[in-house]
Amino acid sequence: MAGLISYAARRLALGVGQVLAVVTVVFLLVQALPGDAAVALAGDDPDPARIELIRAAMGLDQPPLRRFGDWLWGLLHLDFGVSLVSGRPVADFLATGLAPTALLAALTLVLLVPLSILVGVAAALREGSPLDRALTSVSVGLHSIPEFALAVVLIAVFGVGLGWVPPTAVGGLTPAVLVLPLLVLLARPICSISRLVRAGMIEALSSDYVRHARRLGIDVRRIRFAHALPNALAPAVQQVARTTDWLLGGVIVVEAVFVIPGLGTVLVDAVASRDLPVVQGLAVVFAVTTVAVNLLADLAAFRLAPRSR
Amino acid sequence: MNTQHSRRGFLGLAGLSVVTLAACSTSPAAPAAATPKSGGRLRAAFAGGGAKEVLDPHLANLFNEAARAKAVYDKLADLGADVAAQPRLAEKWEPNADLTRWRITLRQAVFHDGKPVRAQDVLSSYARILDPGKAFRAKASLSLIDLANSRAVDDRTVEFALKRPYVEFPNALAAFGAYIVPEDTQDFTRPVGSGPFRFVSFEPGKSVLLKKNSDYWEGAPYLDELEFIIANEESARTNALLGGQVEYAHDLTPTTARSHASGGKVTIHRSPNSAVQGFAMKLDRAPFDNRDLREALFLLADRPQLVESTLAGSGQVANDLFGKGYQFYAGDIPQRERDLDKAKALIKKAGAEGLTIKLDTSTAAAGMVEAATIFADQAKGSGLTIEVVTGNKDTYWADTLKNGSLSSFRSGAMPIESHIAQRLLTTSTTNTTKWTRPEFDALYQKAVSTSDTQARAAVYGEMQRSLHADGGYLLWGFADWIVGTSPKVGGVATAPANTLDWARFDKVWLG
Repeated sequence: MAGLISYAARRLALGVGQVLAVVTVVFLLVQALPGDAAVALAGDDPDPARIELIRAAMGLDQPPLRRFGDWLWGLLHLDFGVSLVSGRPVADFLATGLAPTALLAALTLVLLVPLSILVGVAAALREGSPLDRALTSVSVGLHSIPEFALAVVLIAVFGVGLGWVPPTAVGGLTPAVLVLPLLVLLARPICSISRLVRAGMIEALSSDYVRHARRLGIDVRRIRFAHALPNALAPAVQQVARTTDWLLGGVIVVEAVFVIPGLGTVLVDAVASRDLPVVQGLAVVFAVTTVAVNLLADLAAFRLAPRSR
Repeated sequence: MNTQHSRRGFLGLAGLSVVTLAACSTSPAAPAAATPKSGGRLRAAFAGGGAKEVLDPHLANLFNEAARAKAVYDKLADLGADVAAQPRLAEKWEPNADLTRWRITLRQAVFHDGKPVRAQDVLSSYARILDPGKAFRAKASLSLIDLANSRAVDDRTVEFALKRPYVEFPNALAAFGAYIVPEDTQDFTRPVGSGPFRFVSFEPGKSVLLKKNSDYWEGAPYLDELEFIIANEESARTNALLGGQVEYAHDLTPTTARSHASGGKVTIHRSPNSAVQGFAMKLDRAPFDNRDLREALFLLADRPQLVESTLAGSGQVANDLFGKGYQFYAGDIPQRERDLDKAKALIKKAGAEGLTIKLDTSTAAAGMVEAATIFADQAKGSGLTIEVVTGNKDTYWADTLKNGSLSSFRSGAMPIESHIAQRLLTTSTTNTTKWTRPEFDALYQKAVSTSDTQARAAVYGEMQRSLHADGGYLLWGFADWIVGTSPKVGGVATAPANTLDWARFDKVWLG
């Protein structure tokens, strides 16, 4: 247990370093983009004198390093700064974007994990059977459909054509509205994770300790679910972590198609308008969630299969 | 912008004959929408700008901001069907003989807080826009006002002193963003205007809710409530409309319009002559400092094919001139057509055979990349090679103002005089074609100092002839502006973006 805690502490320290590195790289990348927030805001009225005035009003006439330094200093006090363009606090953008993104991510995960295990275990226990082959075909096929294509088809059929569920999230995220986005978000992860569960389960069932347990006459269900399954899940946990990270980043395509104002939408808008403080605020959020999710995944894998240490 | 915030700028409505044509091309309204009816909430889907969105009407930049601004606020004037200024909060305007002092009489109107709209509010609003340290969009248009010598004669009379004679001063009063706000307003988190709707709530990047202003000077709106909803993707706006989640979807593509025009589920409203499309050649540098080469490009363009392919037929052919159907448009200049042989001869004469010219374009406005690709194809076999270079959409307009020699161009409607003042004078701040001719500048000064409308039209005609013959704008088409509504929505005018009747919800009802 002490080993676990010191491991977690080292990972946390590393995580802080990683977040700072990500923020620095993002700052440099946005600096490298052509044009700045003033040029982007001036749009089709690019009067040079006007752009200079906008630039001065945004504080962009300050040296970039100084602006970055000021921003980092603010971050140490948990102050994310204000948007260059609208002057509203960056924290507001993060909060309003995070709510729908977190809701979708949480619901997706709640459905994803049990469904993937169910499908993977069902296939593994009947390895080579028609059921296994059918599940394999469906999951390979479904996995190769990009989110936007699946979303467009689902909206056309169930949203607009049959009118069973609302086609977009305009008007708020009610349960009926969530059906189609959740289907789209679940489709590919279920395929990939259930394949991993299936492979892990098959490997575990043919392992020495399972054979030994069988010879001892232990109940077959107990062998499968108490001994084989936890070991089978370890590889899948990493994939669940990657999926969680993907979901928490705001799945831009899904948000755009269904009109969900989540973090992905905030990011696209902020990059297009070169709103550096908002982009940096998002970088912090994404870096923190990535580090946290991966740490949790490692700890979970450690608990599930201590021998992997 | 995604194209959401890229299609900004002025747009306008064409002449009367065109309006009739538009009425024909629109699906017949369902019976429920035929007679005006009060009540209900209309939900209107627009593309938005997320972080950028603001409620300050002087900062309005995006279409959704402009539409919200006009629902809450009024300008002294606005652009009518022929893209000429017509009075709004100003009841009338009277210039002095040399056109340097203008007396504006205000209508009897009240702000949403019950206070009357006074001359002081007008002067204070314009002073805010003209602040030397600020960059409001209407500043350039209003910069002719000599504010120090302008005054409030009484509560309902303003007298503006101008720095020069300017007969088109009403165009300035109608400028994008020249809204009248209560005197000394600094905080726009709960906007107070004199417009047909009152502010209720705002969720940036999501929605704005307004309710009817029963005391509006032009009569109360039919709608009880108006909600602006942000949906950046055109497909999402269309789906929300088809799914009954909104009643109005702004800025649809010609393809969407074509697929749903006859289905009966939505009504398609097209506004012709809305956005001009073309290419800008820079006259101050090679190769287009050579007049023959400019003419060669004019003759290479197959305009009907560009309109058919790029606009999917939702548009009309242009004649290298801005503002077809608008007041002062030189409709007597013959339509230019493709003439490959003559173009080849001119290219040879210019010594440009075998030359490769880069055509800068981007997705900053719909259809620009497609048009550039088609035009490059049309230039094949002429001796010139046009190489399409797709640049960054977010900085496109600033980039092409400075760099390159040939670029895609698009503009919304504005009075022809504004187009000239902003883009074609030596002093113009967005002179992309680098058209700097002292004799042309002098003609402009003559036009805006001429009270007589016919005499002025003659001067504008002369200027347009010189642009048509020598200029740097190759304008090939005018795109329709397309809006979709639920069939139960009535009273939607087919007016392009940012003219008075575009996105005007006080005259709209739910049947």
